Amino acid sequence: MNAAINWPGVWAIFHHEMMRFFRTIWQSLASPVVSTVLYFVVFGAAIGGRIQSVDGVAYGAFIVPGLMMLTVLQQSVANASFGIFFPKFSGTIYEYLVSPVGWIEVTAGFVGAAAAKAILIALVILGTSFFFVGVHILHPFWMLAFLFLTALGFSLLGFIIGLWAKSFEQLQIVPMMVITPLVFLGGAFYSASMLPPFWAAVAKLNPVLYLISGFRWSFFGLADVPVGVSLIAVALMVGICFAIIRRIFATGWRLRE
Amino acid sequence: MAGIIEIDDLSKQYGSGTKALSNVSMSIEEGEIVALLGPNGAGKTTLISIICGLVVPTGGTVRVGGHDIRRDWRAARRLIGLVPQEIALEPFEKVINCVRFTRGLYGQPPDDAYIEQVLRSLALWDKRNAVTKELSGGMKRRVLIAKALSHRPKVLFLDEPTAGVDVALRREMWQVVEQLRRDGVTIILTTHYLEEAEEMADRIGVIDKGQLLLIKPKAELMGEFGRKHLTIELDVPLAAIPADLAGRGLTLTQGGRAVTYDYDTRAARTGIARLLGDLAAQGITVRDVSTKQSSLEEVFMSLIADRKAEDAA
Repeated sequence: MNAAINWPGVWAIFHHEMMRFFRTIWQSLASPVVSTVLYFVVFGAAIGGRIQSVDGVAYGAFIVPGLMMLTVLQQSVANASFGIFFPKFSGTIYEYLVSPVGWIEVTAGFVGAAAAKAILIALVILGTSFFFVGVHILHPFWMLAFLFLTALGFSLLGFIIGLWAKSFEQLQIVPMMVITPLVFLGGAFYSASMLPPFWAAVAKLNPVLYLISGFRWSFFGLADVPVGVSLIAVALMVGICFAIIRRIFATGWRLRE
Repeated sequence: MAGIIEIDDLSKQYGSGTKALSNVSMSIEEGEIVALLGPNGAGKTTLISIICGLVVPTGGTVRVGGHDIRRDWRAARRLIGLVPQEIALEPFEKVINCVRFTRGLYGQPPDDAYIEQVLRSLALWDKRNAVTKELSGGMKRRVLIAKALSHRPKVLFLDEPTAGVDVALRREMWQVVEQLRRDGVTIILTTHYLEEAEEMADRIGVIDKGQLLLIKPKAELMGEFGRKHLTIELDVPLAAIPADLAGRGLTLTQGGRAVTYDYDTRAARTGIARLLGDLAAQGITVRDVSTKQSSLEEVFMSLIADRKAEDAA
């Protein structure tokens, strides 16, 4: 009997989280769109004036997948970590622990909503980029698949951060000190092939490189690493995060006494 | 017949070694109101937190409606509503959405007619579109009750429902509980307001240092442990208790206009008839006689004191 998923419970959490997003829809969308426009101005216009193309793709278009990934990663982590941290902070977490929802329902509700918001914002950014550069998507299905898997993987990571965090400072520190540097060093604005051989090898230790590479491949057919490796990397991340979350709920770490 | 809640040999020991609950067993019948009394840190909140799923027990079992709270937790939890001690609400959410959300968490399909009924019964309908941070403390507590009732639970836990609220609101809360009793909801409340337990409960359990000292019907508890005070008003004031009546436990009160006498309701002979006879024999005329049952507070204090004396021995 315990195995049956409480779908209305999943929907309640998902809907509740999405409503929070829609209550502040303009703030939610304006901030990433403005940032993207600034990135286009700084990287696309200023630097792009000096770098004409990367592997035959105009520099302005080349950075679009990286910018989308940057946003998806930041938004996924921020939304999911805040989503689960806020009930802990306000005390309403007790509701999730006493109601007939298990780790699957709670994770599906929070992570599903965080990923949906991140994907929505990424698509708005893609739409915005059409005003600046001509972008052609070579493999639309794989573009959406990478977008979904990456949003899912990093929403799961954000969820773990939110479960772990005991304060707003802790909530901020991982995205600021780890996620953002990994994205900038993961080839959001350049190809790993542009780096000297030693640094190109070091860059391959960065898991985000695989995501951006796979995503860029879906746009232009260009990749720093084989697409299969990118897919395995993101699938691995999703699997590991699920296992960690399951363990956290089973032990009640930072949730139950 | 098994009760709606069956607790058997329940224990909780924290990692630090603190024993919050020791071998607690009790059965709660459907439809009754049970008050759990005890000083701060006695283990009351730990007990209800275990039943509701917030705390994992280290030993024993709990069944709610026949469902084991650990093996069959989904079915058990569907029967339970919890009103926590601390007011915890999403500050920017509307009242009605808070209640709808909780109903969803419990796997129930939307039912706005029922939610309207709950909000009306708690005098919250006019505030349904207010965001919770704008509400008064009493209203917030009622929103917590509305949330706990949103899925029609059979058992409602109220953890210190009137802690820190004023007298008027406390009365209001008691009326809400009375309404729930009429609706047939089983209620378990923790409190350290003895007046509250006395006012609402059918049975009273006393917990101290993690142990259930007793659980008895209120009237039985009062009868068993209660003492009565007899006040005898006199026609002519006395300067002192007459020497012949010394050693009978009499106290002169009201400036000599009354004599009080404490007696045990369980005693075979209360000594009242003899006392009145002796007063008459002394030529003391009685104007009026009244009795007063000792309050639950006195019962409770005597229980805790007995236990302290046992511990010291």
